[in-house]
Amino acid sequence: MKKFLAAILFAPLLTFAAGTELHLDSAPDKSNDMAALQNGAKIFVNYCLNCHSASYMRYNRLRDIGLSDAQVKDNLLFTAEKVGEPMRIAMQRADAKVWFGVPPPDLTIIARARASQAGSGADWLYTYLRGFYRDENRATGWNNVVFENVGMPHVFWELQGDQAMGADHTLKLVKPGKLKPQEFDALAGDLVAYLKYMGEPVAEFRKRLGVIVLIFLAVTFVFAYALKREYWKDIH
Amino acid sequence: MSKVNSMLQGTLNWVDERFPLTTLWKEHLAEYYAPKNFNFWYYFGSLAILVLAIQIVTGILLTMHFKPDASLNASGVPVAFASVEYIMRDVPWGWLIRYMHSTGASFFFLAVYLHIFRGMLYGSYRKPRELIWVFGMLIFFLLMAEAFFGYLLPWGQMSFWGAQVIVNLFSTIPFIGEDLSLWLRGDYVVGDATLNRFFAFHVIAVPLVLLGLVAAHIIALHEVGSNNPDGIEIKKNKDAKGIPLDGIPFHPYYTVKDIVGVVVFLMAISIIIFFMPEFGGYFLEYNNFFPADPMVTPAHIAPLWYFTPYYSILRAVTYPLFGIDAKFWGVLAMGAATMVIALLPWLDRSPVKSIRYRGPLYKGFLAAFVASFLILGYLGMLAPTPARAIVAQICSVIYFAFFLLMPIYSSLDKCQPEPDRVSPK
Repeated sequence: MKKFLAAILFAPLLTFAAGTELHLDSAPDKSNDMAALQNGAKIFVNYCLNCHSASYMRYNRLRDIGLSDAQVKDNLLFTAEKVGEPMRIAMQRADAKVWFGVPPPDLTIIARARASQAGSGADWLYTYLRGFYRDENRATGWNNVVFENVGMPHVFWELQGDQAMGADHTLKLVKPGKLKPQEFDALAGDLVAYLKYMGEPVAEFRKRLGVIVLIFLAVTFVFAYALKREYWKDIH
Repeated sequence: MSKVNSMLQGTLNWVDERFPLTTLWKEHLAEYYAPKNFNFWYYFGSLAILVLAIQIVTGILLTMHFKPDASLNASGVPVAFASVEYIMRDVPWGWLIRYMHSTGASFFFLAVYLHIFRGMLYGSYRKPRELIWVFGMLIFFLLMAEAFFGYLLPWGQMSFWGAQVIVNLFSTIPFIGEDLSLWLRGDYVVGDATLNRFFAFHVIAVPLVLLGLVAAHIIALHEVGSNNPDGIEIKKNKDAKGIPLDGIPFHPYYTVKDIVGVVVFLMAISIIIFFMPEFGGYFLEYNNFFPADPMVTPAHIAPLWYFTPYYSILRAVTYPLFGIDAKFWGVLAMGAATMVIALLPWLDRSPVKSIRYRGPLYKGFLAAFVASFLILGYLGMLAPTPARAIVAQICSVIYFAFFLLMPIYSSLDKCQPEPDRVSPK
């Protein structure tokens, strides 16, 4: 009876909704690779932070990934005056709406928002960034495998080159860019790692703290259980 | 030492002459005699109180930084949504407080569902505990209201569209529906007015009533005494001093036992808080990390897991009746599904209380009920399809059959005789 109950209690959690057609490439895990995160931050500030804001993220928070205030000031501080300011942009939302159809979304927590049963938000972003292909029907000339009729043009086209959608629904590189495919994948991986970090800067600390909390509770359990046994030894 | 003791005793006497402190302590803890045979299922009452305390304390701290404001800030993000991210990033330990609150909501329902199920297993709702049960069900309804109001506050896509869907349900009520939903929202769409009133309900109105009901629930319990896994009254067998032979003082026995439960519970909740705060999208829905956008309807709107069994029942009703929209009957069915639980004390005609001495009929119905509840919960998370609708309809019928047929099957059942004294562990 107990086993039966346990089985039906947990069955719904194990059998996730099948049938989703979104196929995502899995993003490399660089959560603890400071060089990759710093490179990702640099790419983000140079390529993304012109149209996309990250308005909940303060520049000086980048100390989490090993960047000092001075380093941030000298290398990354293009859109603000002080390191304590959030990553805002100068572009007006009304203008952006006219130019792109929709204002480019704030990217601070995009890596959390894009998660789904198909994969993590990092997987989605990794597939998205590498999934642009030429489409003459689009005003920008670009389309994307995971974001149909995306408003954003392919920002990294010079680096990745041109991809085309084949008849078999796979992407082919038709015009090489400045980077080799592996080099571009590494760049996208670094950027995704940074976006994932920015989505929850406290994530790595949270997990480390969790280990300490659980050890503390495990020790507390030993004492609590011993106390209970001592009190209850006369109850039959 | 004795001087300190007599000073403390003096202070206590001074208080006792003005407030029944010692009496309260004795009646509710030191001389409240609880059956000695409580098992695993009896942890969830005290754990529900623990989560309530966690939710109140973390809630107060969140209120200090949260801004119930749907207007857009300079970056085009709703202020309420941005204030949650501010808590997550710029408020010291804000992330921990927020995750405790969001995870606490799910654990509250987990504890309460298991607590209710315990009552069903051992017949805790039977005479003389009908009022405890009714108070408990009122707590459950308010808890659902509390969760619903609270879920709007982060002002994400699911917050917004979830509230939109639920408030729109009221518009299916004939004649007054449209005006009623307008009155609830305070606007023609879910907007700033809705956010502010939901905030008021979530932080003060509902918790206030909730606390009063929890007090009533416990006072009623301590008046009649706790049930136990054998479903027999320990007050039938008392010693010369009038103390139940199978009873032990709640303090220290159950306080030290519940501390063990609390530590295990804290370990479970910590695993979620520190390692998987979203719990795969079941505790914090991924889509809710997008700010509310009235122009973009999500492809799939699902409530959080604790509402999905009732959401499934709502969707399972697909036939219009008497010329009124099927949705209205769905709302009615959903409401009835929650209310009918409160009628258990008057539906159950079994000569015994506990599942230990019940016959196969009740056990079969209960198993079917649990299965239908879980399947309904699972289906409620998925997008509807015709096949799933049929499964949901069958499960809804089983759900109601468990309650409505109970007067018949519980009196027909072949029960075993109850023992005189509680069984040893």
